[in-house]
Amino acid sequence: MSLPARIVTLLVAFAAVVAGAVFIVIHYLGGSLEVVNYAPEASGGVVNVVLQEDPQNNSASRPDWVSYFVQDPKTKAWVHTTLFQVPKNTRVNMTILGYDGCTPARNNYWSQVQGTIGGNVSVQQFKTVGQPLGPAKNFSVINTWSHCSAGHTFAIPSLDLYVPMASPNTLLFNKQPCSTSPCTAGPHSLEKFSFMTPDHTGTFRWQCFIPCGGGFLDGNGGPMQTLGYMMGNMEVSA
Amino acid sequence: MAESQAPAAPAGSDGRAEPNHGLRIFLIWIVLALVADLLIWFVWYPHLPPGRMSESAEHQQLDIAVLALAAAPVMLFVWTYFGYTLVNWRHRDGDDDDGPPIFGHTGLQATWIGGTAVIVLAAFVFGTVELIVPAGAGAGEGPLPVWKPSGHNLLQVQVIGQQWQFTYRYPQFGGMESTTLVLPDNRPVEFHVTSLDVIHSFWAYLLAVKADANPNVDNVAYTTPKHTGGFTVRCSELCGIWHGAMFDSGRVTTPTAFQAWARATELREHQLGVLAALPPYALTYDPTVVPQLGQEVVKVAGITGANGYYYPPSDPEQP
Amino acid sequence: MSIDIEPEKAQEPAGSGPIGPRLARPWWMRPAMHTGIIGAILGYFIGHWLGNFLSWEYARNALSDMNDFPLVLGYVIAVVGWLAGLGVFNDLGRQILGKPVPAAEEEEEAFGGVARYFRFSLDHKVVGIQYLVGMIIYFCTAGLFAMAIRTELLSPSYHIMSSSAYLMVVGEHGTMMMMLMSSVVLGPFGNYLMPLMIGSKRMAFPRLEALSFWLTPAAFIILLSSVLIGGFPTGWTGYAPLSVQAMEGMDAYAVAFGLMGISICLAGFNIIVTVINYRAPGMRWSRLPMFVWSMVTVSFLMVLATPVLIGGMYLLILDRTVQTANFVNTLGGSSYLYENLFWFFGHPEVYILALPGFGIVSEIIPVFCRKPLFGYRVAGAGMIGVALLSFFVWQHHLFVSGINPEMRPLFMLTTELISIPTGFIYLVAMGTFWKAKLRLTVPMLFALALYFNFLIGGISGVFLSDVPADTTEHGSFFVMAHFHYTIMGGLIFAFFGACYYWLPKMMGIKLNQKLGYLHFWTMFIFFNSTFLPLFAVGMAGQPRRVFEYATNLTPLNDWVSISSFLLGASILIFVINFIWSTVIVREREVANPWNSRGLEWQVAAPPPPGNFEHIPVVLSGPYDYGVKDAPAVADLHPPVGVVSASYASAGTASTGVEA
Repeated sequence: MSLPARIVTLLVAFAAVVAGAVFIVIHYLGGSLEVVNYAPEASGGVVNVVLQEDPQNNSASRPDWVSYFVQDPKTKAWVHTTLFQVPKNTRVNMTILGYDGCTPARNNYWSQVQGTIGGNVSVQQFKTVGQPLGPAKNFSVINTWSHCSAGHTFAIPSLDLYVPMASPNTLLFNKQPCSTSPCTAGPHSLEKFSFMTPDHTGTFRWQCFIPCGGGFLDGNGGPMQTLGYMMGNMEVSA
Repeated sequence: MAESQAPAAPAGSDGRAEPNHGLRIFLIWIVLALVADLLIWFVWYPHLPPGRMSESAEHQQLDIAVLALAAAPVMLFVWTYFGYTLVNWRHRDGDDDDGPPIFGHTGLQATWIGGTAVIVLAAFVFGTVELIVPAGAGAGEGPLPVWKPSGHNLLQVQVIGQQWQFTYRYPQFGGMESTTLVLPDNRPVEFHVTSLDVIHSFWAYLLAVKADANPNVDNVAYTTPKHTGGFTVRCSELCGIWHGAMFDSGRVTTPTAFQAWARATELREHQLGVLAALPPYALTYDPTVVPQLGQEVVKVAGITGANGYYYPPSDPEQP
Repeated sequence: MSIDIEPEKAQEPAGSGPIGPRLARPWWMRPAMHTGIIGAILGYFIGHWLGNFLSWEYARNALSDMNDFPLVLGYVIAVVGWLAGLGVFNDLGRQILGKPVPAAEEEEEAFGGVARYFRFSLDHKVVGIQYLVGMIIYFCTAGLFAMAIRTELLSPSYHIMSSSAYLMVVGEHGTMMMMLMSSVVLGPFGNYLMPLMIGSKRMAFPRLEALSFWLTPAAFIILLSSVLIGGFPTGWTGYAPLSVQAMEGMDAYAVAFGLMGISICLAGFNIIVTVINYRAPGMRWSRLPMFVWSMVTVSFLMVLATPVLIGGMYLLILDRTVQTANFVNTLGGSSYLYENLFWFFGHPEVYILALPGFGIVSEIIPVFCRKPLFGYRVAGAGMIGVALLSFFVWQHHLFVSGINPEMRPLFMLTTELISIPTGFIYLVAMGTFWKAKLRLTVPMLFALALYFNFLIGGISGVFLSDVPADTTEHGSFFVMAHFHYTIMGGLIFAFFGACYYWLPKMMGIKLNQKLGYLHFWTMFIFFNSTFLPLFAVGMAGQPRRVFEYATNLTPLNDWVSISSFLLGASILIFVINFIWSTVIVREREVANPWNSRGLEWQVAAPPPPGNFEHIPVVLSGPYDYGVKDAPAVADLHPPVGVVSASYASAGTASTGVEA
C-alpha cells in the first residue's frame, strides 16, 4: 500500500477505537444512578429521610426485582435509586415504608435493632395509605423467624447501624400486595428510627442483610448485588 | 555460595595481568550481604509485619525476618554480579571479536545446584517448624486441625462470614453473637470460621490469623493474643460487590474486661430475646433450614439445582 | 515416519487446483473477517433463540429476570458462526466431499498483500503477525482497565466508580491479561519463528494453528461484552459459589476463558508435534535453540493443564444454566472442587506465562554477550524442571482455605523446590555474562530487566511458599506485586525485548532505536516504582481487589497510581514506535542486523514464502560464538540428495531422534 493509504487506514482504525470507547463511556454515563440530595433540607442538625421498599412485582422496569426507592424531598416523587446524601454531624430521622412481605433472615442475629438513637424503632402497620391498623409501637427486636414479621433490613455496617424492617400484615399482604412500583397504595408498614451521621465526610454503604434476590443462589445475587435495588451509598457531605 | 569457585580466569589477551574477578565480586558481595543482614536483623526485624500482637504474629514476624536474612544475600549476589559485569565487560568500540567460548563449568554448576538446594531445604525445614510450633501459624486448618495449642483454657469464637459482614459467636457465653470481635489477653483462641453464602476469608491482620470461610465448612485456626489493643478484621477473599467494604474492628482486652464485656453482652441479648431467637450453636449452618421453625425454607417443586430458589420474594412461605 | 513430509514436494510450484476459483472471486466474496462477523451475528441470534426455546419453563428465570441459557448458547453458536464465516470448516467440507484441499504452502503463495492478515490463513508467518497485532491490542485494552483500577484507588474512601463497576474493571483486567497473555509469546514468536529456528518450511497443523488464533478475538470480544451486561464480580479466579450466584456477565467470563483454553491447548499441540517431527536434518535436540525448548515445555503445560480449566468452566456453565450444583456446598457440591480445578490449571498457567520469557532472554543474551550460552543443558533442565514441578504445587494457593493441613509441608517443599530449576536460568545468565563483550542494545536491556525483575518476583515467591509467612501475605497486595513482578516484569519485558529483537526479521523493517531506549528506561523505572511499593502495601494489610483501604496507606497508593499512569504512557511509546516504524516510515532492515548465529537469521528479512529455498542441513549449534573455525550454523543449499538421505536414515531410527 502507498503511504497515504496506510495513513488513512490508520486514522480509520483509530477512529473506530475511539468510537468504541465513547460508546462504552456513554453507555455507563447514561446508566448512572441519581443521588437524592437531602443536605439542603437539613435544619437545626436534623434531616428527614424517606425510603420505601417494594416487592418484586409487575413494574414496567426490567428487572422488576425487589427494590428500595428514595423520596425526593422537594417533589415528593419516588426515585428508583439507593444513593442519598446527608450532612455530617446530623440526626437523621429515617422513615421507611415497607411494602414487601416477610422473609426469614439467614442469620437471625439481624433481628436485633442496633445503633439507633434509643436502641429501638417505631413500627406502625397500615391497611393501605391513611388507614392504620393500630398505634405505633416501639421494638428493639423484630424476630424475623416468628410471626412473619420482617421483610428486609436497613444496615450501615461502618456506623454499626442494623435495623430490621417490619413487613406489613401478612394476611392483607397476601391478598393484595402492591403490584406496581413505586408503591402508593396497599398494605404496608411504617418504620421510624433515628441515627447520627458521623463527624467526617465520606461514602457509607448501606445494604439489606436478608437475602431477597429470588432465583439467585442463596438469594444474594441480583438486587442484593446491584446498586439501585437492595443496597446503596449514603454520601455524607460537609 | 558458589562465587568462590568461579572458573579460573584465562590470562588477559591485552597483555596486562587479568585481575581475579571472582575474588573481587566475592569481596564486594560479602560486605554488602553482611551489612544487609545486620540491618535486617537489628533495624528492620522489630518493625516487620504483622507485628507482635499475638503468638502467631510473633512467629510470622520471625519467619519473615529469617527468610529476608536468607533472601538478601542471594539477591545481592545476583545484583553484584550483574553490576560487576556491566561495569567491566562492556563491548568496546572497534572490538569485533567474540568473547571466550565458555560452554559450561561442571564444578560451578554442581556447586550452584548444591548451594540453592541447601538454601531451599533449610527454608523448608525452618518453615515447617514455624508452621507446627505456633499451632498452624494462624492459618485455617480445616475441620480437623492437626496442630493445636497446648492447654485446655481455649476460648472458642465462631466467625460467621456472610455477604458482607463478619459476626462473631461465643459458644462459651450462651452462644451470644456480636458484630465486634473482642478477645482476652494471653489466652489461646480457637476460631471456627464458616460462611453462610460464598467464600470469604477472615483476616485479623495484627493477630496474624487468616482462614477462608467456606459455606458448610468449619475452618479452625488458632492464635494467642499477647498484647492488648485494637485491630482490624478484613475480608481477604473476593466475595462480591462490597468485598472492599467488608471490614470491622476488634480489640484485645484484659481477661477481666473481656469477662465483663462477654457477660454483659450475653445478658443483654438474653433479656432482649436475641439469644432465644438465634439458631442453636453449630459448627456450620445450613441457612436454608430454620431450626426454630423445624422446617426447610426451600420448598418449591421442581427446582433442586444450584440456581434454585431461596426465599421467594413475592410469595413468601408462611412459617 | 517423517519420510513422507514433503521436503521435495513443497518445492514444486503451487498447484492451481482448489485455489484457482477462490482467487477468481471478488474480495468480499472470499471468507475473511467480514464474513466471520456476519456469521457471528447470525450464530448469536440462533443460539439465543434456541436457548430461550429450551429453557422457557425454568422457574428461576421469571424470578430473577435473568436467563443464562440463551446467553451461553448465543455465545457458543456465535463462535461457531464466526469460525464458519471465516472459512474454518471449508477444507473439512471439501475433504468430506472428496474434493482436493490446498496445502499450506499453496495458500501462502496464492494470497498476498494486507488482505491475508484478515483471513483464515494457513501461513505460519501470517498467523504470527496476526497474533502479534492481536496480542498488542489485548494487552493495551487490559492495561487500560488496570489504569482504571489505579484511578479508583487514588482515594481510600471517595469513589470514582461504583463498587460493582470497580469489580467489573478488576475482573476484566485480570481475566484478559491471564487468559490472553498466555499466548503472548507462543502466539506471535512461537508460531512465526519456531519453524525458522528448526529449519522447517511449515508448522505441522496449519489449520489448528490458524484456528488457535481466530479463537482469541472471539474470546476477547466475548469477555469484553461482559462490560455491557454488568460485568462479573469474581476477578480472574472466578471462585464458586460467588460465580454461580453472579449475574449474566459471569457467563461471558466462563465462555471466554473456556474458549481461550481450547485455543492455547490447540496451539500447544501444534508446537509439540512440529518440534518433534519437523526439525531439519542435523537439528539435534542438543542443538535446539533455548527459545524452542521453552516453547516445547510451555506447550506441554498448555496441553496438560488447560483441559482441566475447560472442564472447570464447563461445570461452572452447567451450574449457571441448567442448575446443577457442582460447586455449591449447601446443595451437595464443593467450593473446594472449583478451587482445585482452577488452580490445577492456574499454577501451570503462571509458568506458561514465565517460561517463554526465559526462552527469549536465553536467545538474546548470547548474541549481545558474543559468547556461547553457558550451560546449555542446565538451561534446558531448568525449563523442564520448572514445567514438571509446576503440576505439584497448586495447593499453595489454598494454604488458608482449610483443606488438607497435613499436606502443607509437602506443598511448601514442592513450591520451594521450583526455585532450584529457576535458579538454573540465573546460573546460565551469569555464566554467559562472565567476561562477555556486552552490547547494551534495546533487546539486551529488556533481557537484563527480566533478570532484575524476576529475581524480586521469584524471591518474593519464596516468602509466599512459606506457610507461616503466607498467612499474612496470602490474598494481599503482596501476592499481587509478586505475580506482576514475575509476569509483567518477566514475560512482558521479555515480550518487548523479543519485539525489538525479532521484529526486524519478521517484518523486514527497523524499529526506531531512540524511541526504543526511551520506552525501555521509562518502562523499567515506572514498572518498579509501580509494583515495588505494593509489596509494602500488602505487608501493611491491604487485601487484593478492595476499593476502600486504610487511610494511612493513601500516600503509597497514590504513588503507585501515578507511577502506573506513567507506566501506561511508556507502553504508549511502544505503540507509537510500532505504528510509526511499521506503517509510516518502513525503513528496510538487513537480514541479520545483530550478527546472530540463529538459523532464523540466515534467511532474508522478512523470510520468503516457504522460509527456506531448500530444507537446510544444520551443521552446528546456535550459540557457538567465539569458537575458532566454527562451521556455519547450517548449509542452506545442501547438495541434492543430502536431505532425502538424511530423512531416510532418520526414518530407520524408531524415534526419529538424532542426538
